[in-house]
Amino acid sequence: MSVAADAPVSVWRLRWRRLRRDRTAMASAAVLLLLVAFVLSAGPLAALLGIDPDATDLLSRYDPPTARHWLGTDDAGRDELLRLMYGGQTSLLVGLVATIVGGALGVLIGLIAGYFGGLADAALMRITDGFIALPLLPLLIVLAAVDLTKLGFSAEFAHSGAAGFWRVVVIISIVDWTGVARLVRAATLELRDRDFVLSARASGGSAAYVLARHILPNAATPIIIAGTLTVGRVILFESVLSFLGFGIVPPTPSWGNMLNNAQEMVTTAPALAIYPGLLIFITVIAVNFLGDGLRNAFDPRG
Amino acid sequence: MAGFILRRIVQTACVLLVMSFVIYGLIGLMPGDPLDAMLASVPNVTPDVIEHLKQIYGLDQPLLLRYWHWLLAALSGDLGYSRTHSQPVLVVLLPALLQSCKLMLASFCVSVVLSVTLGVLAARRPGGRLDAAISLFAFAGLSVPVFWLALVLILLFAVQLHWLPASGMSSLGGGGPGDQLRHLALPVATLALVTAGGFTRYVRAAMIETMRMDFIRTARAKGAGEARIVLRHALRNALIPVVTVMALSFGTLFSGALVTETMFAQYGMGKMIYDAILGNDYNLALAGLLFATLITLLSNLGADLAYARLDPRITLQ
Amino acid sequence: MSELAATPLLEVDRLSVHFPQHGGGWFRRHRQVLRAVENVSLTVESGETVALVGESGSGKTTLGSVVAGLRTPTAGRLRFRGQPLEGARRGIQIVFQDPYSALDPRMPVSSLIAEPLLIQRVGTAAERRARTAALVEQVGLPADALNRYPHEFSGGQRQRIAIARALAPDPALIVADEPLSALDVSVQSQILNLLKSIQETRKLSYLFISHDLGVVNHLADRVAVLYLGRLAELAPAAELFARPSHPYTQALLTAIPRIGRRRTRGSRTLRSEMPSPLAPPPGCVFHPRCPKAQAICRTEPPALAPAPGRPRQLAACHFKD
Repeated sequence: MSVAADAPVSVWRLRWRRLRRDRTAMASAAVLLLLVAFVLSAGPLAALLGIDPDATDLLSRYDPPTARHWLGTDDAGRDELLRLMYGGQTSLLVGLVATIVGGALGVLIGLIAGYFGGLADAALMRITDGFIALPLLPLLIVLAAVDLTKLGFSAEFAHSGAAGFWRVVVIISIVDWTGVARLVRAATLELRDRDFVLSARASGGSAAYVLARHILPNAATPIIIAGTLTVGRVILFESVLSFLGFGIVPPTPSWGNMLNNAQEMVTTAPALAIYPGLLIFITVIAVNFLGDGLRNAFDPRG
Repeated sequence: MAGFILRRIVQTACVLLVMSFVIYGLIGLMPGDPLDAMLASVPNVTPDVIEHLKQIYGLDQPLLLRYWHWLLAALSGDLGYSRTHSQPVLVVLLPALLQSCKLMLASFCVSVVLSVTLGVLAARRPGGRLDAAISLFAFAGLSVPVFWLALVLILLFAVQLHWLPASGMSSLGGGGPGDQLRHLALPVATLALVTAGGFTRYVRAAMIETMRMDFIRTARAKGAGEARIVLRHALRNALIPVVTVMALSFGTLFSGALVTETMFAQYGMGKMIYDAILGNDYNLALAGLLFATLITLLSNLGADLAYARLDPRITLQ
Repeated sequence: MSELAATPLLEVDRLSVHFPQHGGGWFRRHRQVLRAVENVSLTVESGETVALVGESGSGKTTLGSVVAGLRTPTAGRLRFRGQPLEGARRGIQIVFQDPYSALDPRMPVSSLIAEPLLIQRVGTAAERRARTAALVEQVGLPADALNRYPHEFSGGQRQRIAIARALAPDPALIVADEPLSALDVSVQSQILNLLKSIQETRKLSYLFISHDLGVVNHLADRVAVLYLGRLAELAPAAELFARPSHPYTQALLTAIPRIGRRRTRGSRTLRSEMPSPLAPPPGCVFHPRCPKAQAICRTEPPALAPAPGRPRQLAACHFKD
């Protein structure tokens, strides 16, 4: 991965031009925008149809699509379409927030390891080696099973919906920061001995100043690309955790936990087993295509 | 070379040791403690009794000390007793390990064959139609949620077409090797398709790069046939880095196996760890996670050594 | 440079820079030490240009980066205006060899030049802007350069930006690390003249690092010749170029191609490669390549001492001319 060597204005315009010519990437971006619009229209649609998305109705489980319930109802008699929209809000939000939290952590650690080297660097490399090699899902499940009250949180918080959301965000961030950290470390190593960095230091610039003003902006390219690809991976992590019952906990819907009852749905209402997963699939593949397009647009050699 | 192997083995042992401590600590943070489970069936226990039991089981000692005792026992082969199975951990673990190895090895082989074939085909004309189609397949493999792919395959091949069984390891009352194979078909297909996505991209990239190299042009200039060039000259060189990447993805394969086993009700390591965590079966979860780590580390070690053997340019210090 | 000046602007006192060599595996115990700079003492007077000369690997860039505050010496002391010097500060600035790498591609010229002022919190934003504008003019760049980015400029123009940046905090000494060698020959003389005229108007001192003896002859008041991190010769430029005392300096001077002079062959040109600074030869470090080497050179390191009859020309050689 190269570190950009040219000025912002023209480089970004050039990259944008290249990206716009990439039809797959542009189509993916359009799909993602549509998906965001789709999940955000949950509130208005619920108001329009006058449906409470959380109201269960055990008399109308697995109803087929009707004029009122466009995609029918789920295993608790709730409107499937609205659940899909609200669940999408959760899944996309987890994807974004966990990427940002994990990305920030990775950037910070990568910068420190790359710039100062020595023990911090050696420790980082050992840890990332470990994370790359380890089976992450069992680790995620153990982390998800951790009892928050044993860590000093109040029982009230530990069982709240917010804790459920942040728990997923935090454990995915803990497991997923290593990729970004490695990239940022590599970029920092390449940049730290450049003359413009030395010259800022010779003028008395502190390490924090040099990192924030010179190294981070020049390492933006790999961070953006890695960040995009991370969103897809995080959404997959969230969905599988929630599916297994260790992620977002009902009644809050997420695309993953809507499939909790999948084995039952397969025989009674196969369509319900398809929708949430299909949306995850479409989201992640669009994110991955967009990330790939960004990589090509940013790094013409690739 | 001997020094390199020795160093890698020591390194692997160190990582395993650190991981065992981390996992031990994490397991201790799971809800409840071993006593809760034990006392659930015994009403009217006084706090005194609980304190006494804690002392007997060493639960009042600091974490590091408890870990040390556990480590000594584990090193002498005693991994404790599984609460949910009422059997020694190893008795539960070993058959599950065998089952997982079957699933993972089969999936690994299928996905390697699939990805090498597709990768080589895609690399023949980068940017062409076939390349685009294969690329779509690879991205799909990378992007599909494993549990959902399993669902779709079950819907299609078990519920709709009735070709294959939807779950279990064999039909009721046993069944021959053929029956077991039929039960393994869908899980292997699921895991292989997911794994092949990433592999295909690696093979394709490595092939494209290799086909640009000078020695390929030399082979062409000598008049070697295209098939011979691709298979004998290019593939051989392209596979060296790919093999490493594949072996390093063992951890991912294991994560996939966990989901696949859960979906298809196959009692392998993944399903075992999942059930153990759900059922607060500390000893079993701990041993399962450690074995999973061990297998992954060993496969990485194998990859390193294979890489060193395959590529004569690598000189080891 | 007056002999009477009480304290020199910069005083380098028995300075050494060693790099422990990492590498090998976890099990490797012994570590080698790279002695990049070994026991070097020299001074730079106010308004003076001292050139550091030597082959690559001679330690001249390392010495320059210590003076610029980019590296801590292993041993020895630096004094600036008689005061001990720690870290980087306003009085000393640096200009690098490669003007393409010396300017952050993501900053406009105005920010690049003002950066040292900003870091040192000098003046208000308006004062900094005024100073930046004045500097751009002084180094001969168009006024509209301020809002442009480095990639819009040629190598020579970039070097002017780098010089303006170094001048911003009004330093007394500029370390110029091969500031011409990355430039086209036609541009080199322009930058050289710019450096000279700036020195005249501002009474600046330069520590000028170069391997180009022609440029050094044109600019330097005194020359320090480094070999394997040690001072081989330290002398006023005129005397050094007229009568080099150390055999290494003699060889360097012979190697300059000059119009109207045939390149001499034989004893005066350098034999073989420079030895590794990881394993410097015993005695005089130059002896394996020296045409004059005797038995004593293999065992006794020579001290830096005046050449016969020339008190201001110091050379480290048992058989100096």
